[in-house]
This record gives sequence, structure tokens and C-alpha cells, in this order.
Amino acid sequence: MANKSVLFKIKRQASPTSEAHWEEFELAWRPGLNVISLFMEVAINPVTRDGKPTTPINYDSNCLEEVCGSCAMLINGKARMACSALVDNLEQPLTIEPFSKFPVLRDLQVDRTVLFENLKTIKAWVPIDGTYALGDGPRMVPKLQEQAYQLSQCMSCCCCMEACPQFNESTGFVGAATIAQARLFNMHPTGKVLKDERLQALMGDGGIQECGYAQNCVEVCPKDIPLTRSISDVSGDVMKKAILDFFRT
Amino acid sequence: MASTTPRIIIVGGGLAGLSAAIKVAEAGANVDLFSLVPVKRSHSVCAQGGINSAKNLKGEGDSTWAHFDDTVYGGDFLANQGPVKQMCEMGPGIIDLLDRMGVPFSRTDEGLLDFRRFGGTLFHRTAFAGATTGQQLLYALDEQVRRFESEGKVRKFEYWEFLSAVLDSQGVCRGICAMDLRSMEVTTFPADAVLIATGGVGAIFGKSTNSVVCTGSAQGSLYQQGAAYGNGEMIQVHPTCIPGEDKLRLMSESARGEGGRVWVPKNPNETRPGKQVPDADRWYFLEDKYPKYGNLVPRDIATREIHEVVYDKGLGIQGQPMVYLDLSHIDRATLDRKLGGILDIYEKFVGDDPHEVPMKIFPGMHYTMGGLWVDADQMTNIKGLYAIGECDYSIHGANRLGANSLLSCIYAGFVAGPNAVKYAKSLAAAPDNLATSFENEKKRQVELNTRLVNNQGTENPFKLWRELGEIMSRNVTVRRYNDRLKETDAKLVELLERYRNVNLSDKSMWSNQSFLFTRQLQNMLQLARVITQGAFLRNESRGSHYKPDFPERDDANFLKTTKAFFAPDVDEPRFEWEPVDFSLIKPRPRRYDTK
Repeated sequence: MANKSVLFKIKRQASPTSEAHWEEFELAWRPGLNVISLFMEVAINPVTRDGKPTTPINYDSNCLEEVCGSCAMLINGKARMACSALVDNLEQPLTIEPFSKFPVLRDLQVDRTVLFENLKTIKAWVPIDGTYALGDGPRMVPKLQEQAYQLSQCMSCCCCMEACPQFNESTGFVGAATIAQARLFNMHPTGKVLKDERLQALMGDGGIQECGYAQNCVEVCPKDIPLTRSISDVSGDVMKKAILDFFRT
Repeated sequence: MASTTPRIIIVGGGLAGLSAAIKVAEAGANVDLFSLVPVKRSHSVCAQGGINSAKNLKGEGDSTWAHFDDTVYGGDFLANQGPVKQMCEMGPGIIDLLDRMGVPFSRTDEGLLDFRRFGGTLFHRTAFAGATTGQQLLYALDEQVRRFESEGKVRKFEYWEFLSAVLDSQGVCRGICAMDLRSMEVTTFPADAVLIATGGVGAIFGKSTNSVVCTGSAQGSLYQQGAAYGNGEMIQVHPTCIPGEDKLRLMSESARGEGGRVWVPKNPNETRPGKQVPDADRWYFLEDKYPKYGNLVPRDIATREIHEVVYDKGLGIQGQPMVYLDLSHIDRATLDRKLGGILDIYEKFVGDDPHEVPMKIFPGMHYTMGGLWVDADQMTNIKGLYAIGECDYSIHGANRLGANSLLSCIYAGFVAGPNAVKYAKSLAAAPDNLATSFENEKKRQVELNTRLVNNQGTENPFKLWRELGEIMSRNVTVRRYNDRLKETDAKLVELLERYRNVNLSDKSMWSNQSFLFTRQLQNMLQLARVITQGAFLRNESRGSHYKPDFPERDDANFLKTTKAFFAPDVDEPRFEWEPVDFSLIKPRPRRYDTK
């Protein structure tokens, strides 16, 4: 136990246009290591396994409690959060890579603004009249609140999009997270006033129809958000709207 | 002349920054919102417990005055009372608004907001959304800001670091200097007013419950530009955190409430795992020293006792700063029913099952009560510069009550936003040489960058940080002794000296995170001196500030706000003390055992 070590390799890339390469590291094992603490160790002593000086690893992180959604990456091939990835539960050598379906900025940092843009497209908000005193909010039975709370824990980490076989350039699929947010706001007593516009945004190319029901999204979601349930729910709504629209025209 | 549509810069996109952004946009002004991270990933997401407001929905006769009294009393009378009263009065309206924005607050059977009890009050006053209230509140505000963004009223600058304020030749704040964290380019941005909403200073203590971005760098930079820093010494420590290799995570007080026992092995050289240490070889030190309250002594006492056992008696688990918090004697079904959610957190991040083995815990730096000094409008002593939320010093005095932080952040944003717009509309014309002020500030920051990147020293910035965190956590958190504070300040001077000899292993100018951190480190070191010297000078015990050599509160000498100003000539803080406004509630002894 005294000489146990942790072996890991990281796919690194200096800039969006440079070539990617792998670097191997070896650190003394300690109890309680997570993937983030390996990066912190490298920053203090940036040397590869074969003794070459290198630079600290660049990666996004913030809360380190799996609520902010920052530190998503591929660890041993799986899309997950680095803060809750405990070294002792992972097979070595660990392979750590940036998401493959988002533009790499540097090392493990990728550009995930696409999701925030999607949230604008589907108007993922409750359109309140203003912030001045307008009295109580709408009443809500506990069951509805519990449903909403489940969906509202989505931290925009994009794991579901990375894992989805349909999320790629040729389909332009919006991905499960956006659809689940549409469902969240469509079920809110005030938020549903924009339901039609949200469904409209999810119709056509890149919309909800691109889903191939691979179900990878629910499998990787760190927050256990009912993503496939949401997709079938919103899908039904979109279908209904399409039929109604057809007869209206 | 002020432009017809004012432009307001907000730095920080947590609860305070976002609530200010909403108010400013609603008032018709333009917002430029700067953040180190996408605002949805701000530290506010970490708050679990809830948000206080005296909605009085439980038939208990709660009132905003009772909330006000609890808050002032909890803060040991160090907060100016005017803003606290105003915050408590705005509380119920803020909850209603959040509810209208769609926050999935937990409900009663009738579909009304549910409220729970929290520390420091006798009322059910805390609204909550499952176990992630902060996250849910932040998301609701984030969504409203996204709406304004799509209407063109808010421009977001995410992945930008605030470097400094741009002050005109009369010392009025006219904009900011910031750095793009991708291209590392330094740019100045003009504004009619600037709101700082940059949160707490956890990283100064190395590991804390704070998020990675909570370094206090912005506050440290502004302090060196002349902003006063109030009550820096007031730092809240939470007794039961899960020590991690990367950070400290909260373990709720309810673990002790449900029968958790705190202990250490009697033998400092004990090598057996906790579970295998027989009862006879364990020291249940809280039960031993406090037979009446046992493990449920108040937070500050539990914290101090753990520190003494670890640091003075050397009895931490295997020489590490940790003690056991044991629930394994309670049957699994009971634990799951009462503590399910929080035990899952332990298992997820530690990998051990607390049903089976004792948890390892240690007190951790949790909240920054002190901060940039502000007036009742949330304006700092620099005209046109506001501070809001955890980075400002108002509201919480010497100690913060649970579930008051979320409220204080939103309150501050709601006050400062409209105030900043009003200020901007009546802003006098800038001096003719304003362009020069912008050029000079940019030049100063670019030079700092160039010097840092070309430095040929030998010090690793992350090692310096580790040393900073260790000494601050050891000497400037729980029990404070003047000799150790003095020793700490000397160490800080040494670290600042060694900082000049820093060497970056990464000298590239594209998304260089270690470069950014090294820049922040200088501001952290300067602010650490404010905290340490402030603690040294306050020879009393008040709220979170405890000195064994001065165990009593001393209103005659210290019912005063500590104000620190940077003195560039000597490169250290200069202190003033300002009387506290206690005109509404007369100070009385703070004793929870007799109330």
C-alpha cells in the first residue's frame, strides 16, 4: 500500500487549432483522491511520468460538489463530472479526455455555449410581468413541484449531449437537456403561456424528431433527470401541435 | 454629460449580480455582465438549506421585526441596523417574486410554500427547494437574465476576469479593466456605475466550502485601489465539513441532531481503521466535556473543541486534521429515513458508506461576513462603485445565520441596481482627461501581465497558495491568539516577498489558467493581511471571532466596524474604526442557552 501509485493519461491540446497529444502522469496514491485533485497535484509539480517538465492542466471547474456543471469530461470513455469521479473506483491507467462533440478550447476545456443558446431559442423562462410587488406566486400541488424540481436540477453539464449518437453536426439535434427544459417551463402555470413557441422551436430539422431513442442520455445524466420520459412527453406535444397546425392552415 | 441610456457594469453573476442585472435592465439601462464562469455555474448553486423570510405561514406570529432581531442578535450586534431591517422587510416580497419566477419551492399539501426551521430562530422561516435551494434560486434569476439578454438589454462577458476599476482624476469610478480568459487580452470598458458582486474569499484559506472562483481577488484589487474593507476578520467556520483532497464539503448539522457522535482515537499513533477501534480506545471528547449538551453543543463551541483536540493535543485521525463523526451505531433504516440525502453526498465524494463506517470530518472556512465597506445605498467609498452580496460587509455583522445569505444577496442586488441607475442618470460629466485614465489603467495591468509572464524566479505559485491556506486555516479561523496572528502576518509578508520570485511553468498567452491564478494570488495575499491584522487588533470575542485570551464581548471598545485602507507607502493596511448604528435594537448579551 505504501508504494501504490495512480497512473493516468490526459489528452492535451494547446489551442483550438493545435494537434492533440497524450501525456502520462504518475502520482503517489492517497486515500480520497478524485480526478480534480490529480489536476491540482500536477499544477504543484508539472512533470510527466517520464520526467519531462510540462504545464498545469487546463480544465473548467467551480463548485466541485456536482451542482455547477463545470467539470464535465470523458473519464475512461464515459461523460461525467470530474469532481465526483473517485480514483479508487476507476480502472487504471485513467484516460481523461475533453468532450469529443464540442470545440476544444484548451486541454479539457470545451465550448458548450450551444446549450445556453438553445435555452434562449426555446425561451426557457417564466415570462413574469415585472419584479415589482405583484403578490403571491401560483399555487402548486406538491406532486407538480416534485416533478418540476427533478427537471430543474439540470446543471447544463452537457453529458447527455456528448453521449447521444444523434447529437452531431449532420443532424443538428438540440439534445435531451434542452427538451427537458422545454417540458419544465411548459408545465409551469405561468410558463406554459409560451408553450406553443417552445414546441415550434423544437419542430423540424435538429428538433425533437432527431432523437433515435438510444437512451444514452439518461444513463450518463449525473442528476438522474428523467430525460427519455421528457423527450417522449414533449414529442407527444409536438405531434399534437403539428396535427392542429395542419388543420388550421 | 451622462448618456441618455446609462450603462452599468456588473462583475459577478451569482445571486447578487443577477438580481442587480434584472433590476437595472428593468429600469431601462444597459447591463454589461462580467463573470469568470458562465453565470449559471456561479457559487450560489452550492447553498443547500434555504432562504429566510418572515412570511408567517405557519401560524406562529412571525414578523419581519422578529427576523430583524434574530439577524442582528445572531450577528452579535456588529451590523448597522438600518439595512438589516430593510432586508427583513423586503424578505416576503422577494420570496413571492422568486415563486412567480418559477422556483420549485417545496410545498405544503395545500400547494402553499413550505417553511422549515433553521439555526438562530424559533420560527419556521426558511423557504427551501429540495436540498439545492441556492441552485434553484440562481437558475430562476439566470433565466430572467437570459430573457433580457435575448432582448438585447444585457450583454454577457463570460470567461472574463475583473482586474481593476478605472478611476478618473477625481477618483470617481468610470469603468473597469478586464482580461479575456481565452485570448488573455486586457481591455477597458466604460460605464456610468460599476457593481461588484464577486462573492466570498474562501481560497485565501486554501481549502474551504467555497467554489474555485471565490478567491477574493476582485476585492483585494479594489482595496489596493483605495476601497475600504470592512470587518475583514469576520470569517464563519462550519464545524462539520468533509475534508476532501480538493475542497471541503458541508456535512449537515442534522447528522449530530440525529445522534451522531464525535470522537478521536485516544492513541495518537492509532493505525486501525475507525470501525475497528474498540469503544475503550475512543475519546468522545464533546460528550466528555459537555455532559449536558454532548455532541449538540453550538457550532462555534464544537468547532473550537475539534481544533483543540487536533492542533493542541495532536489527536487528529492518523495525524491528519480530522475527527470522526459516527452514525454507524444507528440502524440503517432509521438513518435512511432521517438522513438519506446527506449520507449519499458523503458516500459519493468519499466512497465510504457512513451507515457502516464513521465519517471523517473537520471544521472548514465557510462564509465571509466582512467585505467591501458600503453605505446604505450599497456604494463603496469610491464614488460610482457599488458592492453587493457576500463581497460586501453589511448585514451579517460578526456571524451569519443560516439561510440569511441568499436573502442578503438578492436584497443587495435589488437595492444597488436601482440606486446605480439613479446615480448614473445624475452623473456629472467626466473630467477632460478621462481617456488618459483609461489608457493608464490598461497600461498598468498590461505591465503587470508582462512582468509576471517574464519573471525568471523559482517559486511555484500553487505551492505559495498551499502555504497561505495552511497558515490562515490554522491561525486565523477558529481560535485566535495574538502571537500566532503576528506570526501569520509575518508569514504573509514573506509570501508576498517570495511572490516576486514566482515562476510560471506555463507562459503561453491562450487560456492560461495558472497565469490567471497567479495574478489573483497577489490580491489574495494582500487581503489576507487585512483579515489577519483586523483579527489581531480586535481584542475581544464577538460572533465568529474568538480569542481565548479575550473571551468576552467588549462593547465599550469594540462595538465598531473595522475599516481597512491600503497604505501604498508602507504596502500594508491602515485601520480606522467606525461606530455601529444600533439605534433600533439595543445590544444585549448573546446567549442561546437562556433565550
